[in-house]
Amino acid sequence: MASEKLTSTGYIKHHLQNLTFGQHPDGTWGLAHGADEAKEMGFWAIHVDTMFWSVFLGALFLWLFRKAALRASADTPSGFLNFVEWVIEFIDNNVRSSFSHKNAMVAPLALTLFVWILLMNTMDLVPVDWIPMLASLAGIEYMKVVPTTDPNATFGMAFGVFALTLFYSIKVKGPLGFASELTMQPFQANNPILKIIFIPINFFLEFVSLIAKPLSLSLRLFGNLFAGEMIFILIALLFSGGIVFALAGGVLQLAWAVFHILIVLLQAFIFMILTIVYLEMAHSHH
Amino acid sequence: MNINATLIGQTIAFAIFVWFCMKFIWPPIVGALNERKTRIADGLAAAEEGRREKAEAQERAAKTRDEAKDQAQEIIRRAERRETEMVEEAKVTARTEGERILAAARGEIDKEINRAREELRQQIASLAVAGASQILTREVDGSAHSKMLDDLANEL
Repeated sequence: MASEKLTSTGYIKHHLQNLTFGQHPDGTWGLAHGADEAKEMGFWAIHVDTMFWSVFLGALFLWLFRKAALRASADTPSGFLNFVEWVIEFIDNNVRSSFSHKNAMVAPLALTLFVWILLMNTMDLVPVDWIPMLASLAGIEYMKVVPTTDPNATFGMAFGVFALTLFYSIKVKGPLGFASELTMQPFQANNPILKIIFIPINFFLEFVSLIAKPLSLSLRLFGNLFAGEMIFILIALLFSGGIVFALAGGVLQLAWAVFHILIVLLQAFIFMILTIVYLEMAHSHH
Repeated sequence: MNINATLIGQTIAFAIFVWFCMKFIWPPIVGALNERKTRIADGLAAAEEGRREKAEAQERAAKTRDEAKDQAQEIIRRAERRETEMVEEAKVTARTEGERILAAARGEIDKEINRAREELRQQIASLAVAGASQILTREVDGSAHSKMLDDLANEL
């Protein structure tokens, strides 16, 4: 926490600032002290906290599931393996019901997205001050622990999914097939002149809907989690307002946390399902 | 909240995670699940088969038991018949044998009677002769009166 200027605005701003590593305007590399410095670093800077927490949680997911995978056998499962198998069957059922083509990648992709996003979202339920406080004790100035409240993380995943949809669209339908999908509909005509006139209109419409997919995918997740985080921060502000406000804050904190469990789970699920649906669309001809 | 190189880093991390999951997590677990599924299906089929076999065996056993019962009944019946037959036979044999023995004994008795009679007759004759000869030693000539004595002996 910033030491002297502990105003509400300062508190909120501090909580919304990522730990950014990049090149200062004077040419030296280092951590940004404050939002302005982070902005000056431009594109070639990195959010150390986002990267750390997302990679840490992703690795945690892979480690746990890999451990289960090593123990997996046709014998009676027990304990954690049971849980892992339940998750995998849940994902598998969802993929089977929404994705009708043969692609060995979709189900593992869905599993990774679901569990990873779920873990990242769950960081939101950790009281907002705990980890930043610990970090500041360790001398780290900024610490944003929920990677999915960083648009970089959600856009990163959405771009990954977008790249896959483009790849499979071209692979399944061919470059020409994909191009015609972008230009020959929704307006169709038998008259060649009319057809040519329709091409730019169709392309505009289809292009917008194409771009809207990754954009909505990432913004939905980011928006939900950012809003949730924001409310947690605002509730946390109540704790500095005296005993009555602090009590109200405690009740609100609990209520919002319980409600947020739903959002945490739901957003991970929506991201996964939409990814499956987009890939299904990429595989099927219109 | 700036868009910066974190975006690229996240995409790379995402790709690596998905690759790892696809390579090392999904296949073994799904493989194990599928194997278990087949094993359970096999087990159920085997159980069904076993149940069917058990029913069949029970049926077979019941049939065998009924057959055995019938056979036992038949054997008992036959034995009973044979018993009556044997008793009848034994009765007949015993009767015949008895009659034979009786006849033999009668024959023997008759023979003995005749023999005894003959013996008696001869003894009486000789006794008579002896008596008579005692009495009539002097007047009766044995040879002259032997004919009369023989007639007497025959009458006895």
